[in-house]
Amino acid sequence: MEGYDPSEVPLMHELSICNAIASTAAKHADGRSVTQVTVQIGHLRQVVPDALQFSWEVVSDATVLKDAALVIEQVPAVVECAFCGVRTTLDLPILACGHCEGFEVKLVSGEELVVVSIDLVDA
Amino acid sequence: MGRFHIHADGTGHVHEHDLQRDHGDHERTASDVGDHSGYKETGKTRITILENLLSENDRVADDNGRQLATSDVCAVNLMSSPGAGKTTLLRKTLGSLSELLRIGVLEGDIATSLDADQLEGAGAAAISVVNTSAGFGGECHLDAVMVRAGMARLPLPELDLLIIENVGNLVCPAEFRVGEHAKAMVFAVTEGEEKPLKYPVMFRAVDVVVVNKVDLLPHLDFDLEVFLANLNAVNPSAQVILASARTGEGVSEWCAWLEARCLLACGEGILNLNHRDVNR
Repeated sequence: MEGYDPSEVPLMHELSICNAIASTAAKHADGRSVTQVTVQIGHLRQVVPDALQFSWEVVSDATVLKDAALVIEQVPAVVECAFCGVRTTLDLPILACGHCEGFEVKLVSGEELVVVSIDLVDA
Repeated sequence: MGRFHIHADGTGHVHEHDLQRDHGDHERTASDVGDHSGYKETGKTRITILENLLSENDRVADDNGRQLATSDVCAVNLMSSPGAGKTTLLRKTLGSLSELLRIGVLEGDIATSLDADQLEGAGAAAISVVNTSAGFGGECHLDAVMVRAGMARLPLPELDLLIIENVGNLVCPAEFRVGEHAKAMVFAVTEGEEKPLKYPVMFRAVDVVVVNKVDLLPHLDFDLEVFLANLNAVNPSAQVILASARTGEGVSEWCAWLEARCLLACGEGILNLNHRDVNR
């Protein structure tokens, strides 16, 4: 898209999300060391993966999450058309059917902000 | 494997089984889920969480919502980029509606009370300022926990409408539910018609867009038709109100929208309150 620059998105956004990832992961880790945290981020969430990784280094330091890798699984935005039933993976955040160009679509994926799993080191 | 199938038109499903994809070399069992016992000899254990990152925020947001419902208060989360005119619109809103509704304002501001100062004497029944600065720069949005803190300083039973003036930002505020009944956005025509496509999360989240500063349109290259088409592309159901908080154009339409939301949230009773009859 012309003029679209994800780097315009302020870093604070990713920092907030990282804090949420860290607190969710730490809660489930319950004091045990974590080697990896896997998250799913939908494309409609305006999260910049590099900024998220950078924030992760700041947030995870000096906790049970220290040295834990953050694995980001990006989930494409997919819509399903109410008229023709076709599913379209979106390149732009325009919620329209790629087949009949109708706007009556249901979002199937793309809004995920999910902590999928954590990997622990055995004590 | 019956869940996955290809349609006659050739498109395949993107199934949520992505979530269950095997992420590693160890088997995931039911006992892995939130369970601390039974570590494997591999030296590593994977715990499946599948928890929404905003679930804690949403839990508090639901609490806030219940608290508002108990006091029969309708809450509107007002968002925009910096300088779009939220505070000026709010001043005009208070001027027009404060005889009809008892309005509380919860001000989110990164480090100051400048916005709240501007509202001084404008007709709010109560103002609560939530500074979002947290020792690490400033937060860029109000989340449910901050709003809960701000609400605690407001006399909710004495209010009909709570306007939550979020931090000026087009990205983060849209992600965080705070317990509001509706989300509203102020967009200034000086911002450019492509904004709905650049910030779809915000534009998708809102129930109404107040297109502000329309008195400037004759002096700008801003193409209103293109903006409305872009908005419709990301959020076909958003109501649009053309306004100028400066000249007062559209303010009555905006106030009517707020009044309608109050009726929707709290029922007819809200407009039968004694204070209204007394004031008339």
